[in-house]
Amino acid sequence: MNRNVLSRRVLAGTALAALALTGCSSNNESADGGDQLSGEVKVNGSSTVAPLSEAAATFYREVQNGVNVSVGTSGTGGGFERFCKGETDISDASRPIKESEIEACEAAGIQFKELVVANDALTVVVSKDNDWADCLTVDQLKAIWEPNSKVANWNQVDPSFPDEPLKLFGPGTDSGTFDYFTDEINGEEGASRTDYTASENDNVVVQGVAGTKGGLGYFGFTYFEENADKLKALKVDGGSGCVEPSLKTAQENTYQPLSRPLFIYVSDTAVKKEQVADFVNFYIEEIDDIVLEAKYVPLTEEQKSTLQAEFDALKAAA
Amino acid sequence: MSTPTITTETRPDPSASGNALTQRRSRPGEVAFRLAMQACLLIAFGVLAALLTWVLVKGWNRLDSRLWTEMPTGLVSRLDTAGVQSALVGTLWIISLVALICLPIGILSAIYLEEYADNTRWYNRLLELNIQNLAGVPSIIFGILGLGIIARALGLGFTVITAAIVLSLLVLPVVIIATREAIRAVPQSIRHASYALGATKWQTVSRQVLPSAVPGIATGSILALSRAIGEAAPLIVLGAVTFITFNPDGLDSGYTALPIQIYTFITRSQSEYTELAAGAIVLLLAIVLAMNSIAIFVRNRFEKRW
Repeated sequence: MNRNVLSRRVLAGTALAALALTGCSSNNESADGGDQLSGEVKVNGSSTVAPLSEAAATFYREVQNGVNVSVGTSGTGGGFERFCKGETDISDASRPIKESEIEACEAAGIQFKELVVANDALTVVVSKDNDWADCLTVDQLKAIWEPNSKVANWNQVDPSFPDEPLKLFGPGTDSGTFDYFTDEINGEEGASRTDYTASENDNVVVQGVAGTKGGLGYFGFTYFEENADKLKALKVDGGSGCVEPSLKTAQENTYQPLSRPLFIYVSDTAVKKEQVADFVNFYIEEIDDIVLEAKYVPLTEEQKSTLQAEFDALKAAA
Repeated sequence: MSTPTITTETRPDPSASGNALTQRRSRPGEVAFRLAMQACLLIAFGVLAALLTWVLVKGWNRLDSRLWTEMPTGLVSRLDTAGVQSALVGTLWIISLVALICLPIGILSAIYLEEYADNTRWYNRLLELNIQNLAGVPSIIFGILGLGIIARALGLGFTVITAAIVLSLLVLPVVIIATREAIRAVPQSIRHASYALGATKWQTVSRQVLPSAVPGIATGSILALSRAIGEAAPLIVLGAVTFITFNPDGLDSGYTALPIQIYTFITRSQSEYTELAAGAIVLLLAIVLAMNSIAIFVRNRFEKRW
């Protein structure tokens, strides 16, 4: 019987130790200073926008470590569902809010503002030795990249192109770049041919395309800019003529369909909370560093002033 | 019955041959069966070994105190100084709460069903059937139930306590079934002896049956908690966030847990995230291994033989 008493003590001790451990480490160091805020800021939504919000949260913690910012990645739609139930303060989105989602927000009495925080752009690249291709249509890109595509030579892409084997490079399936490209070009997120050299490391794509005369690949525009001396960017014809990828076309959203704005949505109820208003304010002030960190295309001065104006309007209305 | 006769007929008589051992080995059927069993073991072990090697190699650079002393970061450039402290503490919070919620309920339910319930009654049999069924319900269903009822209808929100309640419901059938097995393993003679000495039902259960069943109950409970600790699916719908730089500071706090953090790190494209994920996997495996070791220790140390 003594053994059993002992056994219960051992178990109780283990449970207590576990509790004690959690108790100790959950003590937040209290911040001093009059203008130190506290409370929570709940961000949820697109995993494409999450790197921006996570960078913002990390920078913000350095100035306000009493505010607990959490970022969830339920996807743009999942984020809006929670946002319009008032469960989150800020919704990350890689597309504008849909009509049905607006209705859900209205039904719950939630007013919001759409804030553009960055531009996302993809670039299709070929080797510098490629002197035949200059512009591809979306249909040609689709013929190359669609699932089970049999295109293996440039002359299959366009009869005027030379007989040169086509060698493909691209990001792996885990990247947001892959999701975006397959969605826009192949019409379905994640649908892609699989017989290409896939790497999560963009450098592999750069090296591969640069060293292969018939090579073709794609990745984020900022990465092309860093390697513009080694590669040639193709223009893309999304139905209204060939458009060259550049900071300008990405920011103006004319480089279609491979550029898009990225949004955060902030509700009026959330902005009434001091810590949320302060966090969004910080987000806007530091937007250049945040976009740089997340490797997206920065905002134009005009986009920035719109961003500030929209946020001011939301604060005034709240 | 004629069973003994049949046995002697089919079994080779050891005295009939000089070397029974070699004779048995040379039978092709038996050799094939033995090889098949070894192959199965090899497959199971091989997969586990490959997995362990992969995470150890991948996460080797990250296996140090940074894992639990540092918070995650949103900056790729600072990933080498990041850790998973918030996820680790979140997991410990959840698992402690699960233990507090589900062990008392589970063990008391099992005692009722085993010692008090009259299983000739239809409602008790219905209860039993339902518990068996619940043990087989996919965990995501519990997550959806928790989202609709506990997080939204009861208004507990996406908090630590919601996660703990849902995971408690998830492993409750396992605890009940394990506890019933342990109670059933206590010989009837113990109960009879207790009654014979004039003990009441409650005295018999609390002073004889339960203490004798402790090793079985503890083993089952710890294994159930180990299952809860690795669950990610229900937590995804229950709003475990993927980036959080603070530890839970109460029942109503936001949280993340190790499986969720691993899942989100793995889906990031940068290799630093993969390394950190591998480190976190090793950490999670170490926790599960430690809990299972406690279960084995408790069983070996306190097991009773009658």
